[in-house]
Amino acid sequence: MAHCHNTPGIKNIPEGARKIVLVGNPNTGKSVFFNHFTGIYVDVSNYPGTTLEISHGRSGDDVIIDTPGVYGISSFNDEERIARDIILSADLAVNIVDAVHLERDLFLTQQIIDTGMPVIVALNMMDEAGRQGLEIDLDLLGDLLGVPVVPTVAVRKKGLDELRDRLSEARAGRATQGLEPLLGSLVNRVGSRGEALLVLEGDPAVAGRHGLQPENRREEIYLKRRERVNDIVKHVLRETSRGASYGSVLGRWMIKPITGLPILALALYAMYQVIGVFIAGTVVGVTEETIMLEKYEPAVRDLVGRVIAEDSIPGAILIGEFGLLTMTFTYVLGLLMPLVIGFYFFLSLFEDSGYLPRIATLVDRLLTGIGLNGRGVIPLILGFGCVTMATITTRLLSSDRERRIAILLLGLTIPCSAQMGVIAGMLAAVGGWYVALYAIVIFMVLVMIGTVLNTLLPGKSSDLLIDLPPLRLPRIDNVLKKTGTKSYNFLKEALPLFAVGALIISIFQVTGVLDFLQNLLAPLTVGWLNLPKETATAFIMGIVRRDFGAAGLTEMTLMPIQTVAALITITLFVPCIASILIIFKERSKKEAALIWASSWIVAFVVGGLVSQIYNVVGGSGEFRGALVVMLAFMGMTLAILLACRLAGRKARQATDRGLGCG
Amino acid sequence: MTLDRVKRGQIFKILSIPDSLMRAQAIRFGIAEGELVSCEEVVPAGPIVIRKNNQLLAMGRNLARKIGIALA
Repeated sequence: MAHCHNTPGIKNIPEGARKIVLVGNPNTGKSVFFNHFTGIYVDVSNYPGTTLEISHGRSGDDVIIDTPGVYGISSFNDEERIARDIILSADLAVNIVDAVHLERDLFLTQQIIDTGMPVIVALNMMDEAGRQGLEIDLDLLGDLLGVPVVPTVAVRKKGLDELRDRLSEARAGRATQGLEPLLGSLVNRVGSRGEALLVLEGDPAVAGRHGLQPENRREEIYLKRRERVNDIVKHVLRETSRGASYGSVLGRWMIKPITGLPILALALYAMYQVIGVFIAGTVVGVTEETIMLEKYEPAVRDLVGRVIAEDSIPGAILIGEFGLLTMTFTYVLGLLMPLVIGFYFFLSLFEDSGYLPRIATLVDRLLTGIGLNGRGVIPLILGFGCVTMATITTRLLSSDRERRIAILLLGLTIPCSAQMGVIAGMLAAVGGWYVALYAIVIFMVLVMIGTVLNTLLPGKSSDLLIDLPPLRLPRIDNVLKKTGTKSYNFLKEALPLFAVGALIISIFQVTGVLDFLQNLLAPLTVGWLNLPKETATAFIMGIVRRDFGAAGLTEMTLMPIQTVAALITITLFVPCIASILIIFKERSKKEAALIWASSWIVAFVVGGLVSQIYNVVGGSGEFRGALVVMLAFMGMTLAILLACRLAGRKARQATDRGLGCG
Repeated sequence: MTLDRVKRGQIFKILSIPDSLMRAQAIRFGIAEGELVSCEEVVPAGPIVIRKNNQLLAMGRNLARKIGIALA
């Protein structure tokens, strides 16, 4: 079978090269090992069906493959599935263990040893363990596990050369007691001890490959393994003093609302200052205006213009207003790339410092109300950078139900950084009360839709269960590397999608479909939204990208309330072409189409309501008008919250009586 | 009693975790049934953070309600 010795998703592995896989829990410093072993020539492959990138590189005649950080190998999430398949196809595992968290990390170590493959353990962060008063008997640990153990301090390059020299000493260790009788004949049937183990542990994917039913012995094996690990730790670990761990006080502050919310606000404010003000203003001013619009576009127009006339049809498609060579590159490279790099930089900082899981803990309670758990905050925050990439990251949510809610909320209510820039500029021009009106209406719509979905969708969202790693000062080289890889992947993903969007709108333009659609939309814009007829153009543009739509509004003369109503409508309007294509890829066609259609409805209903309510109050001063609209939306939200709570209670009673549909 | 009722600083034994997937994940973190752990922090109306040695684990309030414990 093909899966047995090919490493999935990884190309260019020379025939006969020894495949060495790096395995470890999250945040154990694996990447430092990887960089040390492989140098700068590294291939990054996309693992099929996921956005996780797997790095691999050469070290002498060997190939070193990195894996995502996991606590165990199974099918619990994408990371584990990938780590599982790579480990099963490798020849040797270097297991990086955090010396401070022996009890947690050795579970994975023992699981890999149980697969029967040769293992060598790098006991990392020995310096930190020493500071915390932990003494580890290395020889005894090696004896008990049955594999070599090398002490390392990766960030100071200590022990890395010794580890490399001793790679060939890696050997199969001592398996968990009581495993052999269970594995028995299964090993012969599936042809590999590692796969047999996973079948026993109930992994449906591995069992399926061999046409077997997964066995139901996960808990039995896990408990035996845990017992063995605890026993090993008891023998090798001595605590000489209880050293206070760094950042434990700050870590505590981060998860308590009274201190955590101000800290979060401060972090987001810093992010806003850097991304929203510095990058969106100063940097984009240079990259988009000076470089792309003033230098690049005229140059490319001139070059192409020599062969194809700009006002011909191919000319319009290539170098026209929405040209493939002009608009696509200006937008992606000049505008989006700097913003995306900024966002990934902060995200990597949050990730590497251990702050992200603490934010998830802090906001867990708020998000359970809209059917997400604390983890849901990650894609929602990311959405303010780019809704498209945030949609992809919803994969880290544990249930399909949560992904559905998060993707709909992202597509509907979260404006991306590009759009935010345009909106902020226009709102600043109309003043204080209208800013509050805009923010409150959008927030209330998010709460209403989240609550309704949470009540209507069958099933229940999963509970938060998250590891809080120690707070650490992030290493800048790691952060920069992560930022670089992720930004590059965004570019690879976004550029073709943008090209498609530009192509579609250009064709609409040259065929006259654009004009036709404008007239079709007019009754809605004029009659219901009280906007001038020309705003239809903005919505048509908004189908491609919502920030195009918002930008289209800047050129019109609107009354303040018209501005706000138009901005609310365009914010809630359909996700951009790139996002909706990703949604089609990630979800079923039916669901993606439903999301697209419902965002039309929600956008126009809400925008129209704002406009109509304001007009009923009769233009009696902006303050009163804005206040009435805000109160109306808060009232609606409250009513929906109450109705959903009642409905939820009824449904629960029905289930209790055995009448429920669940 | 259940985990959602503990107070910060209390030491207790985990008696039961209802969901098998949650149970498997908890075993990986070393927080299996029968283990002695302490309460690191309680987020008001939110998750409970439990500690075992150097390991911190945050559990959502709804999950905590289903986990049986006994104070030590």
